[in-house]
Amino acid sequence: MIRIENLNIRLLDFRLKNIHLEVQENEFFMLMGPTGAGKTVLLETIAGLIPANTGRIFIQGRDVTRLPSEKREVGLVYQDHALFPHLKVLENITYGLRFHGIAKEEGEKRLRRLTELLNIDHLLHRLPLNLSGGEKQRVALARALIVRPRVLLLDEPLSALDPNFREEIRNALKTLHEKTNTTFLMVTHDFGEALALADRGAVIDHGAIEQVGAIHDIFQRPVSCSVADFVGMKNLFEATFQNGAAEVSGIKIQLNQAPEAHHRYIAIRPEDITVAGNSLSSMPENTFPGLVTSLTSHGFTYEVHVKAGTVTFKALVTKKRLVNREIREGLEVLVSFDPASVHSF
Amino acid sequence: MRKKEPFFWFTLACGTFIVAYILLPLIELITSPSISDLWESAKDKDVVGSIWLSVYTAGSAAIISFLFGTPLAYFLARHEFRGKRFLEAVIDLPIVIPHPVVGIAILGIAGKNHWIGQIISEMGIRVLGSVTGIIAVLTFVGIPFYIHSAKNGFEAVAPRLEKVSRSLGASMSSTFMRITFPLAWRSMLIGIIMCSARAISEFGAVVVVAYHPMTAPVLIYERFEGYGLKYSQPVAVWLVLVCLALFFVLRILTLRKAKDA
Repeated sequence: MIRIENLNIRLLDFRLKNIHLEVQENEFFMLMGPTGAGKTVLLETIAGLIPANTGRIFIQGRDVTRLPSEKREVGLVYQDHALFPHLKVLENITYGLRFHGIAKEEGEKRLRRLTELLNIDHLLHRLPLNLSGGEKQRVALARALIVRPRVLLLDEPLSALDPNFREEIRNALKTLHEKTNTTFLMVTHDFGEALALADRGAVIDHGAIEQVGAIHDIFQRPVSCSVADFVGMKNLFEATFQNGAAEVSGIKIQLNQAPEAHHRYIAIRPEDITVAGNSLSSMPENTFPGLVTSLTSHGFTYEVHVKAGTVTFKALVTKKRLVNREIREGLEVLVSFDPASVHSF
Repeated sequence: MRKKEPFFWFTLACGTFIVAYILLPLIELITSPSISDLWESAKDKDVVGSIWLSVYTAGSAAIISFLFGTPLAYFLARHEFRGKRFLEAVIDLPIVIPHPVVGIAILGIAGKNHWIGQIISEMGIRVLGSVTGIIAVLTFVGIPFYIHSAKNGFEAVAPRLEKVSRSLGASMSSTFMRITFPLAWRSMLIGIIMCSARAISEFGAVVVVAYHPMTAPVLIYERFEGYGLKYSQPVAVWLVLVCLALFFVLRILTLRKAKDA
């Protein structure tokens, strides 16, 4: 569907380096990375708004590298909605129809379908200024989809929204993707959004692609420290490996899968680590005594830091469990995790 | 009520002085000629002709600034490049160059000793003592004002709006006509008015290039020189009224713009 080959871009203060990427037909593909990683630049390059220095971009087999934006048939939805402020909602949505030679009846049919799907038919005669964030984003989606682009590019469409609208738009994106048979390529800095929406994705950092694959794989098996950090693997340790086990500062950690020769690190998700009182009937593998050094509230969960020897494990514990087990700073506890939760790279 | 600080009274005193300093001479000017004097001068062919010439040449300068300045203003608003500050400084130069110098400089390249002047004169265009010459210097002094205002207007239009428009299939020119222009026209119009207002009041540069045909400021000067204050005042009043009309439209536009933003 979208194929990017050997793409290089030099801007005044930023570079995209050797990007290779392939997005399948009708896929919901997520381009992830921290702020400033180059996600938006890549998106605007696909849209034809930033010229590539070298490399080629194909959309549905067609080489679009030298085509201007208006000939590429890509839809664009920005974080700040970018609705035309001087046009009413109806005029915003139907803006693109005239440039595609779409007959009036067909245009009206599409308009009706999209406004029903997105539940915005009551807004058509209002100006964008008076809409809520969620309404604006739904209008922006309808405007992009009415011309049936080959691919819809979404630049952090959820980031500027209040949490209650965010869920609404997330659901709208899911519905639209299912019902419109369009390839979605979305940019986000929030891994949670990727988990909720996408099938596959790529992590980009400092202008280069770090990892491409199924979202679940990236989540469980990051290939580098920056990806591990991005997907929230807060327990990241440099390790030496011996007989299929890892050693981190004198602590021996069992692995389920034998590490490969080039592996240097292990990583464990904080939600995979359990914190128990100091009295377990049996001592399973990967159980270590330690001291609670800090508790940080994340709302419904707490991040608990447990120091075992010189290693600090970070675990996510629900509030209820925290209260039941009377976990507090300075308490001696046992941390444990399944060898299957330990990922080496 | 809290007692006002000395600084407040100081500000008030300075402010009153400035406002009075601006308004008193203008009020004196407008009220001193009698209605019959004004009526008399309104029938004077020289007066009407010179005011018409001023309006016509200043308007032409504004239209030229609009035609040539718009693409440049748009370019400056949308692109960052090395040398941009320098280019902007060049565009601002006419504001700081002394006005008679502008006239002399223009004559320098339009004269017979310069190849550009030779080409122009071969094309049958006369600059010295002609309407063309007046429009040329007025454009020179007025164009920075148009470019500034138009550029500000374009900068206020988010580039993302244009990007979305392109992605929806609109070419660059369609995007400009349908998105950028409707959002920036007020700034462009303000620029046109500022440019005309600057041009209509020009004296120094015009008098060097063309004493005749006579624009209103030159006529005022001539009447003052030849006949004294009393005879120059009615012409001055008419010119001020034209300028005030421009100023009035400008204020309405700027206030609306501030309200919309």
